[in-house]
Amino acid sequence: MARHRGDLLGLRAALSDRLLPVLVGAMSFLAALALGGALACATLAASWRGDTAAALTIQVPQPDDPDTANDGTRLAAVQRALAVDPDVQDAAVMSKAEMNRLISPWLGSDATTLGLSLPAVITAQWQGPGSTDKLASQLQRMSPGTLVKTGALWAARVAALTISLQACALAVLLVVALVAAAVVAVATRSGLAQLRETIDTVHGLGALDSDIAARFAARATWLALGGSAGGTLLALPALAWLAWLAAPFTGPARLGGFFNLPPALIALVPLLPAAAALIGWTTAQLTVRGWLRHLP
Amino acid sequence: MVRFDDVWLRYQHAGRPPEAEALRGISFEIEDGGFRWLTGPSGAGKTSLLKLIYLAEHPARGRIEILGTRATQGTRRETALLRRRIGVVYQDFRLLPQLDAYDNVALPMRLARRSEAQVQADVNEILRWVGLAHRLHARPDELSGGEQQRIAIARAVVARPRLLVADEPTGNLDDEQAERLMLLITALNKLGTTVIVATHNMGLVERYPFPRLSLEYGRLVHNG
Repeated sequence: MARHRGDLLGLRAALSDRLLPVLVGAMSFLAALALGGALACATLAASWRGDTAAALTIQVPQPDDPDTANDGTRLAAVQRALAVDPDVQDAAVMSKAEMNRLISPWLGSDATTLGLSLPAVITAQWQGPGSTDKLASQLQRMSPGTLVKTGALWAARVAALTISLQACALAVLLVVALVAAAVVAVATRSGLAQLRETIDTVHGLGALDSDIAARFAARATWLALGGSAGGTLLALPALAWLAWLAAPFTGPARLGGFFNLPPALIALVPLLPAAAALIGWTTAQLTVRGWLRHLP
Repeated sequence: MVRFDDVWLRYQHAGRPPEAEALRGISFEIEDGGFRWLTGPSGAGKTSLLKLIYLAEHPARGRIEILGTRATQGTRRETALLRRRIGVVYQDFRLLPQLDAYDNVALPMRLARRSEAQVQADVNEILRWVGLAHRLHARPDELSGGEQQRIAIARAVVARPRLLVADEPTGNLDDEQAERLMLLITALNKLGTTVIVATHNMGLVERYPFPRLSLEYGRLVHNG
């Protein structure tokens, strides 16, 4: 006969299945959004960082002057060098129209008529593993004054921004976890106060602290798990909408099939209810054991 | 064995000044399998002394030994396990309101992790003995005061404790039930359980002439 063994202390009434799951659910909703934000930030940053870091811009001053080897123009020499370098891809000389569009905010609509000696600009993609210093030296020898610039500086700035945004998201997750723990602690203390006489009696009959704490922890775990599962499910449409908004920036290849969410998010979101359950169990155990210390 | 050696008790509540001593310099010894009545006027300290015996209070001073174990010196786990060897009939019954009669009586056995088959056999037997086999599924608020007291007694003895402590166990019982209860308690005592019963019922004390501890104003004034 195992009747009532599941609720020996009367926890169903004392540890309500209303307030605690709702609050933990709200915390899980926020946690899911923060997690989504952190992962979206990481995905976008990885995409932007890759594009920016690989961008290579080469300025060739006096492009029509002869090169140092007197083997043609400086621009042609630089183009030849780039063409045979395996780390450089997609090298292309910027057209006059493109140049004009770029500098028109500073020099007017047709800068080429001003008689200025504008450099030729070559755009390319850097595929090499290291820095471009060797390439820059080589081009300098052929065409003195040639500048080689990469997007490394911008990539570093994007990385710093990403880290700070991810730190913010993690801080939100931490705060949410602490608030969830506080909610469980308050609910548990309220339950303990309501069941004071019952616990006194059970304690007097020889119940171990671990027995009593385990019953509270089991109840808190289920309530936190249920609430968190609900909150996380409610967050999925919001996350799907945010993923849809971010899709043009991340590209379809970086999204998963389910709700078009990033695979990492699909893997991590189910862990939120598990984390909430763990918070519920740990907090209830600590709260009850601490409270029981007041009993002889 | 229960041994008190110059035991003092003063209740101390957080944030309040200490109260006067509830017990003062109590010393006595009860041999294994002994029986003692505990008598004295209201407020003399009977319940306080019983609380020390069933480990619900710590003494302010003195040394207490319960069933061969020095009280207050063990770990919390050891103290809890010692409590399982003590059956207690509380003056206010302390039945769990959410449990029915059966589960209230089964509580000490379940806490001791006895098998459900043993729980069922022992609980049904003790409920028959106290005359409540037909009230298995009644909750405490559906029972009369006397029935609640009998359930509390059944709960105290169901696990066959080494030490039985009862605070006014016959207070809500009629004479017939009180006699039946005394038969149960003396039977347990003959089987080796040490028994301490606090009572105002001097008629019962005279009918069962066991040695007596008498308290007045927190002091032991009679032992024997």
